[in-house]
Amino acid sequence: MSKPKLVLIGNGMAGVRTLEELLKLAPGKYDITVFGAEPHPNYNRILLSPVLAGEKKLDDIILNDDAWYAEHGITLHKGKKVVAIDRVCRKVRTEDGTEAGYDRLLLATGSAPFILPVPGKDLEGVVGFRDIRDVELMLEASEKHRHAVVIGGGLLGLEAANGLKKRGMNVTVVHLLDTLMERQLDKPAAALLQRALEDSGLDFKLEAQTEALLGEGRVRAVRFKDGSEIPADLVVMAVGIRPNVGLAKASGIHCERGILVSDTMQTFDPQVYAVGECVQHRGELFGLVAPLFEQAKVCANHLAEFGIARYQGSVTSTKLKVTGIDLFSAGEYQGGAGCEELLLQDPSRGVYKKLVVRDNKVAGAVLYGDTVDGAWYFQMMRDGTDISAFRENILFGQAHMGDSGHGAESHAARLPEDAEVCGCNGVCKKAIVDAIVQKKLFTLDEVRAHTKASASCGSCTGLVEQILQSTLGSDYSVSPAKKPLCRCTDLTHEEVREAVRTQVLKTIPELMGSLGWRTPDGCHSCRPALNYYLLCQWPDEYRDDPQSRFINERVHANIQKDGTYSVVPRIWGGVTNPRELRAIADVAEKFRVPCVKITGGQRIDLLGVPKAQLPAMWAELGKHGLMSGHAYGKSLRTVKTCVGKEWCRFGTQDSTTLGIELEKMTWGSWTPAKVKMAVSGCPRNCAEATIKDFGVVAVDSGWELHVGGNGGVKVRATDFLCKVQADEEVMEYAAAYMQLYREEARYLERTAHWIERVGLPYVQSRIVDDAAGRRALCARFLESQRKAQIDPWAERAQGAEKHEFEPLTPAERKANACIA
Amino acid sequence: MSHWTPIARLEDIPRQGTRVVATPEGAVAVFRTVDDRVFALLDRCPHKGGPLSQGIVHGARIACPLHNWVIELDSGQAVAPDEGCVRRFDVRLEDGMVAIALAAGPTGS
Repeated sequence: MSKPKLVLIGNGMAGVRTLEELLKLAPGKYDITVFGAEPHPNYNRILLSPVLAGEKKLDDIILNDDAWYAEHGITLHKGKKVVAIDRVCRKVRTEDGTEAGYDRLLLATGSAPFILPVPGKDLEGVVGFRDIRDVELMLEASEKHRHAVVIGGGLLGLEAANGLKKRGMNVTVVHLLDTLMERQLDKPAAALLQRALEDSGLDFKLEAQTEALLGEGRVRAVRFKDGSEIPADLVVMAVGIRPNVGLAKASGIHCERGILVSDTMQTFDPQVYAVGECVQHRGELFGLVAPLFEQAKVCANHLAEFGIARYQGSVTSTKLKVTGIDLFSAGEYQGGAGCEELLLQDPSRGVYKKLVVRDNKVAGAVLYGDTVDGAWYFQMMRDGTDISAFRENILFGQAHMGDSGHGAESHAARLPEDAEVCGCNGVCKKAIVDAIVQKKLFTLDEVRAHTKASASCGSCTGLVEQILQSTLGSDYSVSPAKKPLCRCTDLTHEEVREAVRTQVLKTIPELMGSLGWRTPDGCHSCRPALNYYLLCQWPDEYRDDPQSRFINERVHANIQKDGTYSVVPRIWGGVTNPRELRAIADVAEKFRVPCVKITGGQRIDLLGVPKAQLPAMWAELGKHGLMSGHAYGKSLRTVKTCVGKEWCRFGTQDSTTLGIELEKMTWGSWTPAKVKMAVSGCPRNCAEATIKDFGVVAVDSGWELHVGGNGGVKVRATDFLCKVQADEEVMEYAAAYMQLYREEARYLERTAHWIERVGLPYVQSRIVDDAAGRRALCARFLESQRKAQIDPWAERAQGAEKHEFEPLTPAERKANACIA
Repeated sequence: MSHWTPIARLEDIPRQGTRVVATPEGAVAVFRTVDDRVFALLDRCPHKGGPLSQGIVHGARIACPLHNWVIELDSGQAVAPDEGCVRRFDVRLEDGMVAIALAAGPTGS
């Protein structure tokens, strides 16, 4: 049976990206034919500015060479312009008569620069700024001529002007309005930009309306409405782009300004898809690459017949590709009704920052001079992060947010090449930049895969995004608006949890089946998440899937770098006695444990235990009443305490007893990520309760409750939740807080990140203000604990999951086989 | 000359699970996929020597428990862009018995 035929018209970034996504999802599904009007292979159009400026060569910006098409069995027609689509017979025809039939057609015809309809527009030396041909013409002109005029003071115009200046021309930028980049910048930022560009030698003529281009044969001058003239041997029109819709229109496909597409990237004719700058989606046109890549993903999903992706528009950000100028803008930078504006202006440093805030969420940003936090603001914008807890510091940037990790502490572009960016994996800036350039990476995920930077603890993610932006020098925003759970699905964590609840899905295969998973049994990222979501939703019915747990949870011990494990007995509230200590010492001696370590959480760690010995050690410890400390799980770890009023001369409450009670209530509970608690007996806070997920600090009149602390990679002090009086209240609030976190956070999201995402006021509204809701959460938590509080060590010491711990022995098995 | 050594019944290895067998050539991890295919690799990740047997089996791949490198079970190749390869062993499944091909002769009697 022959395969269905897919024809792509337009060999540019959006169309070929769609093919790449499709080949990932369903390789070999189609016979693919590509038509490109340009005589070049697929190249990175957003890097034309650096080519013009002499910072890159044409060869550097090729994305897919001829070999790539050959390797994937794709027929490529370069330099052939499609002039007709026959939708009845389902075939396309080019200028030179080449024909190709299709079952599915993908239009990615892009856009063309808008050329002002003024006299002289057809003179030699008048170009747009769109493709390699335009750049070649400009480079040629820069060698022979002196005067360049760029019409259009937007992003593209300024990049063209910068490039031509660097090539040694005298450049004047002509703009209709009185402010540059008015679609991205407010007036103060635009004024700063103009001054910086003037300092670098560009001339500006603002509020100027072009009347005619003068010259015979080649352009000689530009004349304006006010009668003035300036000399010009080269005129670059950069006043906007127009979607290329001629072909689509002629073949009867409904178009307005662009080709109209639905959320599934289908045109009026369901056999015909369209992506990229040629489309109009929910009234919007697109000129940046990030939305095109999101469209490509959705389109590929439908071409592969998965049918579950939706394109719902993109939030985009802008960066100017002009060396030495730091400028970032995103979202609703102009503000307006219902918005507040946070401003920071430091003219002598040349820094201007504006955040537009609505309902305590970032709605837009303009940064000039210091853009290091652009990615961070942008992330908050897309996530809808509630900033009320830190809005007084937000303009000073992430580095001032108690981030003691090696986050975005210095400006990516100014970092030296050998600066270490990712401390976990020892990746320096040069390695990241080289990978981006040589391997042609566009996204954070790709950089992670190729360099490992930001792939471990993630604290350098912001910085890696910055490097990506400064390397691509691009107007390209890195992450999609919606982050899928993993590569096996396009659904987010929230969508999956919602489906588990509403579609009453109770096993992993059931879930994957009804939500259209791309892989037969998921991957190491999604399976543990799904296992947790099911466990949390159906505590009574769901049977835990050990094969969907990370090794530490599967065997209830921590794997170490040499493949041995560590054993950490539970020590309630950090209080032990000689009998338990003796038992631990005896076990350590008997099993020749190479290292005994007091942990940071007031426990004793027996390190270097071979896996096969674990059950025997656990059995021995169990005889003395010691059980699993859950030091390995996405679960309640420890409740750290100080000695409290029983011993301490400053202690105001009995923190030790309360800590033990809290641990007895919460142990064994599975959570999205690890959870640590602490109880301090006075505000001196010896148990360090203010960097715990749930911290309790005694004051004379009761207990202060603190939430969302983290002492890990990125230190975060807790937020103050509320104050309560009785011990029983602490217990109820703790249980309710645990359950809210269990039910609503994303898998692997610590409480610190969860609270930053949803905002402290939200958590307060659920735990403090809503007494009935709090009691209901508490009741659900205690209910699920009835099934959870089973000592996994005792079960295994008695033989559960035996196969986990015993190696196979071939000789024995062979003997058995003979007997059988 | 390779020698077929029976090592286990299929049901001794959990689905999407792994068992380890000690051989003269080192510890070998024997994997069973969700659709009951069986593969064997040396139990050492090409990255930092992590015990592959302790990872998560998905599709016909294993994710190393130490740093999440993903290895193809049929070839022992690391999934791109990671590079590296772990030694693989031929495995066959006959009448519910899993046997692997070892270079040396049988170890036992």
